This record gives sequence, structure tokens and C-alpha cells, in this order.
Amino acid sequence: MLEIISSQWPSLLSGLWNTILCSVIALIGSLIIGTFFALLEISKYKVIRIIGSVYVEVFRNIPLLVIAMAFFLIVPMYFTKISGFTAGTIGLTLYTSAFIAETVRAGINSVEAGQLEGALANGLTTGQAMRYIILPQAFKVIIPPLGNQFINLVKNSSVLAFVAGFDLMYEGNMIANDTLQTIPTYFIVGIMYLIITLPLSYYMRHLEKKLA
Amino acid sequence: MSMIEFHNVQKYYGKFHALKDINLTIDAGETVVLIGPSGSGKSSLIRTINGLDPIRDGQLIVNGFDLADKKTNVNLIRKDVGMVFQHFNLYNNKTVLENIMLAPRIVLKRPEEENRELAMQLLKKVGLENQAEKMPAQLSGGQKQRIAIARSLAMKPKCLLFDEPTSALDPEMIDDVLDVMKDIAENSNMTMLVVTHEMGFARAVADRVIFMADGRILEDDSTAKFFDDQPSTQRARDFMSKISGH
Repeated sequence: MLEIISSQWPSLLSGLWNTILCSVIALIGSLIIGTFFALLEISKYKVIRIIGSVYVEVFRNIPLLVIAMAFFLIVPMYFTKISGFTAGTIGLTLYTSAFIAETVRAGINSVEAGQLEGALANGLTTGQAMRYIILPQAFKVIIPPLGNQFINLVKNSSVLAFVAGFDLMYEGNMIANDTLQTIPTYFIVGIMYLIITLPLSYYMRHLEKKLA
Repeated sequence: MSMIEFHNVQKYYGKFHALKDINLTIDAGETVVLIGPSGSGKSSLIRTINGLDPIRDGQLIVNGFDLADKKTNVNLIRKDVGMVFQHFNLYNNKTVLENIMLAPRIVLKRPEEENRELAMQLLKKVGLENQAEKMPAQLSGGQKQRIAIARSLAMKPKCLLFDEPTSALDPEMIDDVLDVMKDIAENSNMTMLVVTHEMGFARAVADRVIFMADGRILEDDSTAKFFDDQPSTQRARDFMSKISGH
């Protein structure tokens, strides 16, 4: 096992780096997009609500692998050439954003209606009420489920391996094929995922305590 | 000059006819108390005035703006028409001082220093200047309601709506809140519309008393007529005798 680490560490490190990069982009992107679609889902206009829920239902009910493959294969056919890393990261972002939208929506609904009414009666627009009053309270409530989503996101980034995204899983597959040391390789890969997810998990718990 | 005008206003919740043929004019500077049994439409009526609840039919003009007109920007009304709720609705994620300063800062763009000064003055006025840095959850109900009043006053409104401001309070807290409201009624020219069951307050402060039942206005009397004579409808007389029986 040490032999694999010492001989393969450049590929492993590069895979780890790509996994972290993809995760960070997808985490930020899915949080923004997810919050946006959560707000659409609670709009007072029916058409906008429908747009929000169609988006959520499409992206959370199709397997991530299919979404990533779609971006990897279809986008180059009609639009522009994109790398496997880009296709996979976009797919992961959109897929995760659908789950985050549902989480954020639940968080907003958990804030008592009086908070919004108080803000509106005080002269704030609905947008300002969301920004200053409702969303801060909603996010405080949903930190634990959001942490779950983020950890899932990091693990799900292994979908990049199927679209030549050069992530940790992809490099692991390559090393396993080359060296035929399948079990030790995947063991090392597993440990490396833990290096990302454990601090993330710890940080979310810390945030939860801090804001409680 | 009239502050609020209802002309044949109808309001529904689904099929339920909550407000029936409401005609009512409240002049600027008047203090009006709205009473009636629960479910009579008092809260519905007061919530239509700042557009929290929409009306179905009729005309509702508040501070010169027509609420029945979809093009009316309801925020322009809310800037000048404050509301105090039964359950306070303070911002749970903000300190007391921030509760008061937030709307003037982002809606009125009041300069920070001036904003803070006025907020502290208002806290002093409601007797809570030493609670400025507390969170709402650390306050008693009576304190919360006084902060909510200060928050509304910070917008320097022309009109204040009170939706059962003391109904959720412990008895010994009620007077503190009523005293603040009396002070506003007596020492400002703000228009006040108060939904309440506090008859002592109504009698002492109101210019007019409106009695509602089953979604209709049944009485619109001067305070003297309503309390010293007696209401003209049997329904209102029954209500009053039940209330004073306690």
C-alpha cells in the first residue's frame, strides 16, 4: 500500500485536488441556485411556482450519472466543447441544487408567518424581508440537513470518474487498472475522501453549535 | 382630511364572506377603537388597511392611495402606516436596537447616526433603553410589545394600526403597553385604529368606537355615546353587558 502511495502520489494528489475543486464549485453553485429555486417555489405567482417545482422534480428524480452523461455528451454535440470535469461539475451542481432547494424551502416554511408579516408591515419589500429576516432564520434551522447535502455532494463528485473528469475516483480507477492492486488502491482513495468529508462534517457541527 | 376610507368593501377568505359592505371614514389624527366578538372581522378589517390581506370588491383609500388598484405600490402605504400585532412579530434574529433601526435604514435610508439616536430615544420613551442589545427571546411579552411599538414609531408613520396589542399579554403587563399607547394618542397627531377588548382604554382614549359583528359594522359612535348613553343596536348592548359582566 505504501508502495502505491509513493509511486502514484502525483496522480492521487491531482485527483484529490480536482475532487476538492469540483466540490467547492458545486457547493457554492448549488447553494446559490438551490436558494433561488426555493424562492421560486414559494412565489405568490403560480407560473413561477410551477417553474420552480419542475426544475426541482427534474433534477432530483434523474440519476446523477445520467445528468452528468447528458452534459458530457449532448452539450458538445449542439453547443460547445466542454471537458469532462466541466460537464460533471455542472451536472453535480444542478443535481445537488434541487435537493438544496427543497431543504431551503423547508427552512423558510419553518420560520413563523409573523416574521414576514412584521417585516412587510414595517415597510420592507418581500425581497428585503427574505434577505434580512427570513433567510437568516431559515439557514440557521437547516444547517444539519445542509451538512448532509454537502457531504453527499463530495461523495457524489465521484461521478466525474465516468465522464473523464480526472477526479480522485478516476485516478483511483486508473491506478487500480495499471497496478492490479485493486483493494489497496481503493482503500487509499476511501481514506482520501474522508480527508475532505470529515473536516466538512466537523465544520458544519461547529457552525450549528455556534449559531444555536 | 381623511386618512382611511372604505367604500362598500367586501372581503372573502375562500367562500367565507369576512367583510360585508364596509363603509368607514377615519380622519387624520383620530383615535378609533374597534371592538366586537371574535370572528366579527375586526382583524380582517385592520389587516386590509396596510394590504396584508387583499379586498375582493369596493374601494379602500389609505393616505391617498387606492388599495383596490393593482398598480398601487403597497410599500408606499406601509411606509406611513405602521402595525402592531397581537404576537409582536419582532425579528427573532435581530437585537432590540436592530429591530427598531432596520426598516428606517433600508426603507427610509435614514443616516446611521440619526437612526441610532432616534431608536434610543424611542426605547427611552417606552421605558426599555437598557434592553437595547438584548435579543427578543430574552424579553417578556409586555417588553416585546413595547419594542414593537417603538419599531413602528421609528418609521414616523402618519397612522398606526393595533391588532389586539394586549390580548397575548399577562394581566400585569397590559398597563405598561396601554400607557405607551395612551401617550401616543394624547401627545401626537397620529391616526390610530385599535382593535382591543380593553374597554377602559377605549373609553379614556378613543374619539370614536366602532362595533363589528358577523363581518359588518353595526355601530359607529362617539365614545361618549357608546359608553355613557348606550349603543343603539341590541347586538352591541348584549356584547357590552357580557364584557362588563367579567
